Amino acid sequence: MRFGLLYSLIRKEEKLLLKAAADRGVDVVKIDVGALTYGLRGATRLPPVDVVLDRTLSHSQALYALRFFASYGITTVNTPEVVARCGDKALTSIALQEAGVPTPTTLVAFTPEQALEAIEEIGYPAVLKPVTGSWARLLAKVSDRQQAESIIEHKATLGSYQHSIFYIQEYIEKPGRDLRALVIGDQCVGVIARTSDHWITNTQRGGTPTQIELTPQIKQIAQAAAAAVGGGVLGIDLMERPDGSLTCHEVNHNLEFAKSLEVYGIDVPGLIVDYVIASANRWPGVSGVPTVVPSPHSR
Amino acid sequence: MVECTECGATLAMNEDTEVGELITCGDCGADLEVTGMTPPMVQLAPQEEEDWGE
Repeated sequence: MRFGLLYSLIRKEEKLLLKAAADRGVDVVKIDVGALTYGLRGATRLPPVDVVLDRTLSHSQALYALRFFASYGITTVNTPEVVARCGDKALTSIALQEAGVPTPTTLVAFTPEQALEAIEEIGYPAVLKPVTGSWARLLAKVSDRQQAESIIEHKATLGSYQHSIFYIQEYIEKPGRDLRALVIGDQCVGVIARTSDHWITNTQRGGTPTQIELTPQIKQIAQAAAAAVGGGVLGIDLMERPDGSLTCHEVNHNLEFAKSLEVYGIDVPGLIVDYVIASANRWPGVSGVPTVVPSPHSR
Repeated sequence: MVECTECGATLAMNEDTEVGELITCGDCGADLEVTGMTPPMVQLAPQEEEDWGE
């Protein structure tokens, strides 16, 4: 089994994953996502691999690279379909709703006029998010109509086309924290809380990870959310409503865990590597399709 | 040892440093990407893009 790690930069997470693989006697080939040229019949400079673990920072690059790999018959973790779904908040929301997973009330609008109407329908405060993007970038808590008009105008005027896909969600009065549950395969293996005085509790934005009990309620919704988007190695973001029920607002396909590793109290990189190895054995690439084909560019 | 491309400070590379690894210059704080090990080479790491993340 030839194990590839697709990366943009080698961060602490990737080093931990490489070490976990080495501890299991598995040689990993590092593949710089930007170093390849992707052809319809093969990629230049792609080493022979049977399975690829995606650790790419860029959602767009990951999406295309994984789809090309899939067409070459290479198993990927996660699959391009899961990456496409999780990298787009609207598609995630639809998948959660269709699977019956509790998720905050969400509206999408394409024009400033409809966005304003949608915010008023949700009620204040509402949350305005970019439909793609991560690390809690460009989230806005909209408290009144004047704010809504300003933010919408800024997004429509200064942002790229993607910023005119207005993704509007109800604001959940959570108890100063949200939850991050880790699902590998079909099992929720751990959970942490992320606490902050700010309404944004992402650890990238200063949220503090703390240990909490993995309850059956958390397990159930996390596993259901993971299944809804297609499964794999996933970080499920949950919020606690004032009545104690849980709601899933996001599913992350490129799990970051370095800042929370000790808090999880489990061997996260080891579990991921074990899952990748098992995936390679369970879903081997399409038989007879070579993993390296001379690129049309080189002919 | 390698020289920071931004401030010229000398950086020590660990034995387990990987090509592609992100390191930070202790003097100027620049984020650098390791582009080679023999000989050690670094370049300014790419800036965060709008679609980067989890």
